[in-house]
Amino acid sequence: MTDSGRSSRVRWHILVFLAPAVIVYTAVMIFPLFNTLRLALYTEAEQQRVFVGLQNFRTLFGDQIWSEQFWNALGNNFWFFFIHMLVQNPIGVLLAAILSHPRLRFAHLYRSAIFIPTILSFVIVGFAWKLILSPIWGIAPSLLDAVGLKSLYAPWLGKEEYALTTLALVSVWQFVGIPMMLIYAALLSIPEEILEAGECDGITGMAAFWKIKLPLILPSIGIISILTFVGNFNAFDLIYAAQGALAGPDFSTDILGTFLYRTFFGFQLQLGDPHMGSAIATAMFGIILVGVCIYLFGIQTRLRRYQF
Amino acid sequence: MNKARRNPLNSALAHGVLLTYTVIALFPVFVILINSFKTRKAIFREPLALPDAETFSMIGYQTVLKQGDFFLYFQNSMIVTVASLFLVLLFGAMAAFALAEYRFKGNTLMGLYLALGIMIPIRIGTVAILEMMVSTGLVNTLLALILVYTAQGLPLAVFILSEFMKQVSDDLKNAGRIDGLSEYTIFFRLVVPLVRPAMATVAVFNMIPIWNDLWFPLILAPAEATKTLTLGSQVFIGQFVTDWNAVLSALSMAILPVLILYVIFSRQLIRGITSGAVK
Repeated sequence: MTDSGRSSRVRWHILVFLAPAVIVYTAVMIFPLFNTLRLALYTEAEQQRVFVGLQNFRTLFGDQIWSEQFWNALGNNFWFFFIHMLVQNPIGVLLAAILSHPRLRFAHLYRSAIFIPTILSFVIVGFAWKLILSPIWGIAPSLLDAVGLKSLYAPWLGKEEYALTTLALVSVWQFVGIPMMLIYAALLSIPEEILEAGECDGITGMAAFWKIKLPLILPSIGIISILTFVGNFNAFDLIYAAQGALAGPDFSTDILGTFLYRTFFGFQLQLGDPHMGSAIATAMFGIILVGVCIYLFGIQTRLRRYQF
Repeated sequence: MNKARRNPLNSALAHGVLLTYTVIALFPVFVILINSFKTRKAIFREPLALPDAETFSMIGYQTVLKQGDFFLYFQNSMIVTVASLFLVLLFGAMAAFALAEYRFKGNTLMGLYLALGIMIPIRIGTVAILEMMVSTGLVNTLLALILVYTAQGLPLAVFILSEFMKQVSDDLKNAGRIDGLSEYTIFFRLVVPLVRPAMATVAVFNMIPIWNDLWFPLILAPAEATKTLTLGSQVFIGQFVTDWNAVLSALSMAILPVLILYVIFSRQLIRGITSGAVK
């Protein structure tokens, strides 16, 4: 190292290099994060901020109106995540497996085209699908009619029992590009020799995928799962763009993000309450932390990694 | 080579699946774009037909340009995105260089501290961020958004860039030191040009989420003068929800800039993802 003779002096350049990033990151991200956790312990009484300990959490989990909304949002959020894991990631793996096929023509065209929805904003995606699924415009019913399935059509976004699943599928449509790309990258990094060795042993086609490639890409699937988890548990934009802050019909598409927004920012007649909002944010923080810890200590350490 | 890998049936099947999915991916975008150029009647009568001489109409675009201040929104989005990206890259690269280049007490700890933000979304702290912006008078300024997006982008930027900076040859830097270059010159003149591809990757990764974000513009800068394109189109569409021409045109105008950026940067983006920068 270069610093053998200088270690006694303060090396100012290190400080200069680190300071801007650390200051902005600490001031705008870490400090507000902990401040939000702290605010959850306060409430406002007569325009004064008073410390109330865990009272906000008691309200959130104990008060019937609050707890009903919270469990509804949490349950919906888990369903939202479940659909992503069940639909988005398998489709992503399938597309990546096909794309990574050597000598597939037009691979980069398919890749770029399938990734396009991912770059669009939630506002565009939400409204575009709202229009397409709308019974007024009639694109969805007439398409179903063309394949003889018109009886299946329902105004999905307007029905309590379908709305959340429909939105989850719209979100899957938007984000399928991400697992596809990451898995594609993982598949490309598998050395040809391993596949050829498998071929010599008679393992080809589907068998090669299940027995050789899938075990090798499991770490990538793990990363995608945790990214999906974190992304879903702070999702907000799509639901807000398509259904508004009330997450209709009758809160059936309410997830933690929209619940947090309504609570702390207020909507229509309900006034915003930053302290209850902080309590919800704290709960979200806890959920995400638990998820990340399960991944880091429960899943990641058990996945076998192969070095080539 | 093996037969199964060259089977024409397999290949047809592969193209079939990919084509089907490509159609699913592009169909909604296509429908929105073509209908934005049609008359109201034609939108409802033949939603899937291309606009022709009889049904062509720009009425929606006229409404949008008259009613909404889309150029201002676009300019705001542009300022926020470019400034945030610049700061993420500058600050991120500097911090990454410090972590990758020098041995000092707390180096690992600092790296872990900066990496915390990769997994924990900044939105959790929104309540306190809003409070801070209110007390510093930054609410309804673009600076508030720039600061938030810079903080949001830094963790991943530092993480990716320090990986790349570790690969820059020590001999080169030491040669610079022998020639009497300061540490700052070494960083800006020698190291930054060498990690430019990695910086482009970081920029492209950050660009899309910043441009598309709705949460922070809605909460921190909802004023007319500071609306971003995403928020602006959301509000506009909400107001004009029954004017289908205007809604479709507004959607198309929101899609186009992103699509153009994507066409320019898609190579970089895809190379960035597939080169394993996020593994």
